[in-house]
Amino acid sequence: MTIQDKKLEAQEVPLSRRRFLGLLGKGAACAGAIVGAVGAGSALGAAEAGSGKHAYQQNDKQYAEAVNDPPKIPEYNWNDHQWAMGVDTTRCIGCLRCMEACKMENSVQMDANHNRTWVERYVYLEGSNTALIDSQADPKNIANAGSETKFRFDNRYKDAKVEKAFFVAKLCNQCEHPSCVEVCPTGATFKSKDGPVLIDTTYCIGCQYCVQACPYGARSFNESRGTAEKCNWCYHRITKGLNPACVEVCPTGSRVFGDRNDPESPVSLFIRNNHVQVLKPEMGNAPNVFYVGLDKEVV
Amino acid sequence: MEHVFEHVTPFVGYVYPNETDFPWSQLIVIYPYITGLVAGAFVISSLDHVFNIKSFAPISRFALLTALCFMIFAPTPLLFHLGQPTRAFNAVITPHWTSAMAAFGYVAGFYLCLLVLEVWFAFRADIVAMSKVRTGIMGKVYGWLSLGSDDLSEHALAIDHKVARILSMIGIPAACGLHGYVGFVFGSLKTREWWSSDLMPVIFLLSAVGSGVGLVIVLYVIVSKFRKTPIIDETMRGLLYVMFTGVAIVMVIEGLEILEMFYKAREGIETVRELIAGPIWVGMYIQWGMSVFALLTTSALLVLNVHGKRLVTWLFLSGLAMMIGVLAMRWNVVIGGQELSKTMKGLLTFTPELFGRESLFTVLIISICPYVALWLVTKLLPPWGEKIEPEGRAFDVHKLA
Repeated sequence: MTIQDKKLEAQEVPLSRRRFLGLLGKGAACAGAIVGAVGAGSALGAAEAGSGKHAYQQNDKQYAEAVNDPPKIPEYNWNDHQWAMGVDTTRCIGCLRCMEACKMENSVQMDANHNRTWVERYVYLEGSNTALIDSQADPKNIANAGSETKFRFDNRYKDAKVEKAFFVAKLCNQCEHPSCVEVCPTGATFKSKDGPVLIDTTYCIGCQYCVQACPYGARSFNESRGTAEKCNWCYHRITKGLNPACVEVCPTGSRVFGDRNDPESPVSLFIRNNHVQVLKPEMGNAPNVFYVGLDKEVV
Repeated sequence: MEHVFEHVTPFVGYVYPNETDFPWSQLIVIYPYITGLVAGAFVISSLDHVFNIKSFAPISRFALLTALCFMIFAPTPLLFHLGQPTRAFNAVITPHWTSAMAAFGYVAGFYLCLLVLEVWFAFRADIVAMSKVRTGIMGKVYGWLSLGSDDLSEHALAIDHKVARILSMIGIPAACGLHGYVGFVFGSLKTREWWSSDLMPVIFLLSAVGSGVGLVIVLYVIVSKFRKTPIIDETMRGLLYVMFTGVAIVMVIEGLEILEMFYKAREGIETVRELIAGPIWVGMYIQWGMSVFALLTTSALLVLNVHGKRLVTWLFLSGLAMMIGVLAMRWNVVIGGQELSKTMKGLLTFTPELFGRESLFTVLIISICPYVALWLVTKLLPPWGEKIEPEGRAFDVHKLA
């Protein structure tokens, strides 16, 4: 059984229970179950950030199961692929569906301080030579949305004279020379043959040296699991021929994913047909996320 | 809504969203502080053991025990900090050698073994003497501690002395290595502008010696007051020389590092300036204020050729100032480095927790432990070279043979 199957199963449980209890008509007994089911079925933003639990996300038991008995993928050979991602910042509209999808897909902690991917908003006001930058984690955006789990930018510039504005999606760059792998004292985080940098959460000691070493701020620390966290390009999906969740949900095609070994893959075409850049090239990490339309202000 | 404001680290400008969760807290501040005290105390003990500078003889064994007791507790802040402390030995069993941190277990383990061995050789004669004069369970304990080696002939004592000296000689580069290595853990990170400096290992090492000497001075004065024994002037003068040298060099190097950073003025230097004027200004004032105080005091003590009680008072104060100043320096480095965002366009302001696993309370407990351990160890192994006099009988260790 794959992680997805397990998740689907977990989703189904409260729904079927609702029907069952509804039939029985035991109002008092089913109240809790209905609340749970409604939570699962309603908008994702209704999740409770405080508990870090969400009906779509893995619970601790499912997580333990997935870690201790990872799904086997017999037909996948990591020597055959070289995954890469492209981000076209000129297409991004800052809808943050990628953030939401990522949090759901990967059971990322729901608060604003733990993200595997996020989107930055850059705004040049008229006459200014520098950009104002914020992300969804900005307290003003959260206050405006009313919750950390409603992924929205506020409308703070509606009365300002904006000269130029754009969004830049960020995620782990799955670097060729990853600083995080270099500093990991146990080897719990490692570079896979097909590109993504992965974490063995059963071996990580939680020293957070990798969190310090990442130049892109892509790593965070999961306090409840006591281990490091980061984007792995939805490794469980890409090894089955699917796109990462953020790519899948992007409504504008701002995110492009594929295999560089395949010259006709979306990412190979993206790199070939555009002048691409990477973030912080001076760090020497050689990122594998390629950007189009970066600006001097992008951090 | 309150949730985010509860545990998010407040910031100005733009910081990466994940940065608002502070990775290394106050526990990582006291870890280099404690190892620094070890290195400094060890240097003092070796001045007599290796270089035979007799003015340090009265405190060399005490300094050695101080180094041992602090070394025992050096890894504890790390254990409290780890997300998975039970897996701590993964780094030792399967070290990932490209990591600066992977060698920690080996470096610390080697140094601890070295200290234990040196203590045993330095105290063997006393242990044997006490196993002969003490009765009851303590007599047995000393018997075990002597490991059955109860030969106190001149030849055997000479061998003890020689071995202790060799161990001490190995200990000097090891102490420098241990602490320079801690500096390397920070200095080698290219990500953080505030840490990424080639001078970092040197700064850590020199400030370690400064704070360690400060610790030995403070402890020596306090212990002598409690024991009602005279404070030897020559020893205090010796400590003064080391203190002055340490404080002068470390201030120059620290100054150079900041000067270099501002002179290079790489991207984001305005944010560095704001960091110093903003989140860590108190720490910077304490660090530099205490250092200047220690430098001026020790200079005056040297110039005016002060001896006796005034020397004790002022050297005690400058030792204390150095300990506080170096603690502030550790804070400024470890916390300051993280308060400066990786975006170089934002600053965070860290507020430590008072209670909890990673809190000031934990820091307090861990900081007290080495002193308690030292008190117990000096009960077990009196380092002051006094005659061992149980039940009215007097034994001179060196006449037992």
